[in-house]
Amino acid sequence: MIDTSLIDGLSIQVSQMLLVLLLSPLLTGLVRKVKARILRRRGPPLLQSYRDLIRLVRKEAIVAESASWLFRIVPYIVFATTWVAAALVPTFATGLLFSWSADLIVIIALLGSARFFLALAGMDVGTSFGGIGSSREAMIATLAEPALMMIVFTLALVAGSTQLSTVAGIMLSPGVGLRVSIGMALVALVIVAIAENARMPVDNPATHLELTMVHEAMVLEYSGRHLALLELSSSLKLLLYFSLIACVFVPWSLAPAGAPLHVHLIGAAVYVAKLGVAGILLAVFESMIAKMRVFRVPDLLGAAFMLGFLGTLLLFVSRSL
Amino acid sequence: MTNWAPLDVLLWCILAHLVTSGVAIPIGRVSWARWPVYGASLLISGVACAYGLMHLIAQSSVAWETVLPLGLPWIGAHFRLDALSAFFLVVINLGGVAASLYGLGYGRHESAPERVLPFFPMFLAGMNLVLLAADAFTFLLSWESMSLASWALVMTHHQEEGNRKAGYVYIAMASFGTLALLLAFGLMAGPDGGYAFATMRADGAPSGLAGLVLGLALLGTGSKAGLVPLHVWLPLAHPAAPSHVSALMSGVMTKVAIYGFIRLAFDLLGPISWWWAVPVLIVGAVTAVLGVLSALMQNDIKRVLAYSTIENIGLIFVALGLALAFQGNGMTAAAAVAVTAALFHVLNHSLFKSLLFFGAGAVLTATGERAMENLGGLLNRMPTTGLLFLVGSVAISALPPLNGFASEWLMLQAILLSPELPQWALKLLIPAVGAMLALAAALAAACFVRAFGISFLGRPRSAAASNAHEVDRISIAAMSILAVLCLLAGIFPAIIIDAVAPAVQTIIGTRMPVQTDIAWLSIVPIAESRSSYNGLLVFIFIAASASLAVFAIHWLASAKLRRAPAWDCGFPDGSPATQYTADSFAQPLRRVLGGFAFRVHEEIHVPLPGNGSPARLIVTVHDLIWEWLYEPLIRLVNVLAERLNHLQFLTIRRYLSLVFGELIILLLILASWT
Repeated sequence: MIDTSLIDGLSIQVSQMLLVLLLSPLLTGLVRKVKARILRRRGPPLLQSYRDLIRLVRKEAIVAESASWLFRIVPYIVFATTWVAAALVPTFATGLLFSWSADLIVIIALLGSARFFLALAGMDVGTSFGGIGSSREAMIATLAEPALMMIVFTLALVAGSTQLSTVAGIMLSPGVGLRVSIGMALVALVIVAIAENARMPVDNPATHLELTMVHEAMVLEYSGRHLALLELSSSLKLLLYFSLIACVFVPWSLAPAGAPLHVHLIGAAVYVAKLGVAGILLAVFESMIAKMRVFRVPDLLGAAFMLGFLGTLLLFVSRSL
Repeated sequence: MTNWAPLDVLLWCILAHLVTSGVAIPIGRVSWARWPVYGASLLISGVACAYGLMHLIAQSSVAWETVLPLGLPWIGAHFRLDALSAFFLVVINLGGVAASLYGLGYGRHESAPERVLPFFPMFLAGMNLVLLAADAFTFLLSWESMSLASWALVMTHHQEEGNRKAGYVYIAMASFGTLALLLAFGLMAGPDGGYAFATMRADGAPSGLAGLVLGLALLGTGSKAGLVPLHVWLPLAHPAAPSHVSALMSGVMTKVAIYGFIRLAFDLLGPISWWWAVPVLIVGAVTAVLGVLSALMQNDIKRVLAYSTIENIGLIFVALGLALAFQGNGMTAAAAVAVTAALFHVLNHSLFKSLLFFGAGAVLTATGERAMENLGGLLNRMPTTGLLFLVGSVAISALPPLNGFASEWLMLQAILLSPELPQWALKLLIPAVGAMLALAAALAAACFVRAFGISFLGRPRSAAASNAHEVDRISIAAMSILAVLCLLAGIFPAIIIDAVAPAVQTIIGTRMPVQTDIAWLSIVPIAESRSSYNGLLVFIFIAASASLAVFAIHWLASAKLRRAPAWDCGFPDGSPATQYTADSFAQPLRRVLGGFAFRVHEEIHVPLPGNGSPARLIVTVHDLIWEWLYEPLIRLVNVLAERLNHLQFLTIRRYLSLVFGELIILLLILASWT
């Protein structure tokens, strides 16, 4: 006899893994398109990111002479860890088969692994641009991670859990209501998401040949299939952060475990809509704001940290009073 | 062999170490001497490790005890083996096995083997003795022999000025630490002289003095473990020793200090008060952050590792502080999570820190360089060492699925249990400590990106680096064993947690729920709806998705690959000097965090146009603890020494009256005591 819940869980898990993989280039395309429209350009078609990936994959890869074996392995590691992390954040349903294998802290640490290897790859060829990217990425990550941990604490205090499906379930329950600390955590998480995804005002995803670039400087030496994997990974990461924000702060119509098929389909449709709204908001925000000087970034991330910390302290206070 | 009591076997092992040490003295200069000496240490440590492990996994609450007619005549030497000692015996002898194996290969390059070989087994014997000692006298004697043997090893290359200073600072700090422990044990023993641990355990600390004893224990064990501000000797002394001894000192000896703290605070001191947690948490968190920040500023690869040891000791003390807070409030389940996290991290740190020191030793053998600014590109020339060093770097940076992450995850879970604590001081303190833990973890990742990236990646910065060759097979075998253990402990944390459980049971009175029964070997500290982690599945997922990506790419993509000059935005420069260096990598963090912690000052001198002289960047970094705490202390000691100097030139009459006066004062004190 086969347990039907196992099959349900597995099918949800697999469909989510495919969904995030297939949707992520579209999300990047949408952000680019909306940004172009705001600048009154026509912009590339929505599907351009897919075409770019296919084009890159078909090209030959050029590897610098001084590169080591690590350089060629890193794209696979970065892609794998990001994909695993993205597969573990509930997007349209909470009944993921493997959601118990990792909680929010693990998901953050998986992204940390990806960043660790990407920073190493930036230093592998031995150019000044790669080094500058890695060193600045290390600074941003160092400041973003405590802020992120404070957000995790806030959520864990509200939900009594770091398991994302449990957190989403508790956020849906009427008892939570509107809380100041959750609002602070949301703002902090948005700031961290912007920094971690190398978006404006922390980093400009569209630039090259500028001393201010961070993420692009690390992947500067990559080409062909390696670059395609890294581009896909960064789209996946953006999607992951959107899913995370959606799952924790707007978990409406997330299909619970064991729900019938049409609830899942509605969940998926609403999820895509949420992504669309988030993508448009990001594009509008990025168009409105100027790139920040790199040594102003610590102030921004410090604000995120303080918001997360205040949120935690408020919860401590309100719990015992 | 089974009818031998494990404690007897372990004591015989210690004796065997001492005999090896004696044998090593006459044969020390011979070229083949390292084979019998390290071979014997390897074998003896292996036996001791096996017996420790057997006692630990037998899950028995039996403690073996024996009294030998050594030491003080009316006390004798008490020895005791319980689960806590057994756990630390496993950690220490595992480190001993690895270091002895590595020494077999690495020892070939030793210029003064007669200064290493006799002290190496003695050092191992001293550490084992501390773990088995069950009275204050034996404990302190073993503690001192451990300190002295390691001091002799630090002074191996005493011709170098820096090493002599390291040895001097080390011996001064070690004496201070022992003094603090001596006072702590003296207070515990009380006027009746109950020096046996069993008596102390039964009586507990004298009323009102528990806090003082805890403070002294923190000073005594903290100075050996490297807690800020008592850490100053550690980054000097650990790198000065030969690399396998550095690994033992950093990976293993600091754990003996942690054992000492656990034994005193959790076992001997009696009922735990919640406020003990406050100093331990604060000191631990500050140590963690300052340690790793200092590591980021260093250029010598072995000093980076030594400072990172300070960070990890801080993490372990934070977990122990959490355990004190929970235990002081009777929340034993939460205390068990915190202690398990601490012990798990003790094991993990001993594994990856030994691995990294071995890697640094391999780099030193291959290039003769410890300065990262002169390395680079070693991954192409030493691929195996590079891979193993990378495994150690990932593990120490607390990245899944390796072992460092599993223990830090447990620590964070323990922190998330803190809202249940009733005291306001702890409620406000612990989130701040959690934030510092996260900062330390992120800084550690940055630190090891830097350490690995500058040394092993990029282009070689010196001729030594470009002519490096892979090291011998024995060294690689020692490193490989540790790397595999790091991976195994990371993907099967449930097994480690269950193996550690008897030790946790001994000191907390309860343990974490049995983990190996849970499906798929997940770890679930409290409840599955609360949090769970499965290292095995995460590892399989990453491996599967990476393989899937490789498969898809090879199926769909162009397989062509061309080697070409680096692109570097169209301006590649042939000189390796244009690469990022260790200092330039740390610059953003130095600027953001260093101004506060080290009063970093950067001065840029750019010559006027037309002037061909090079531009200069002058960076001054202050070690504030040294400047504000130790330098005034040293000045004070010097002034006092000068004042007291004339006591050397008294007449015999005055000496006699001095002695008489002192006797009277002592007798008065004794009379007023009772």
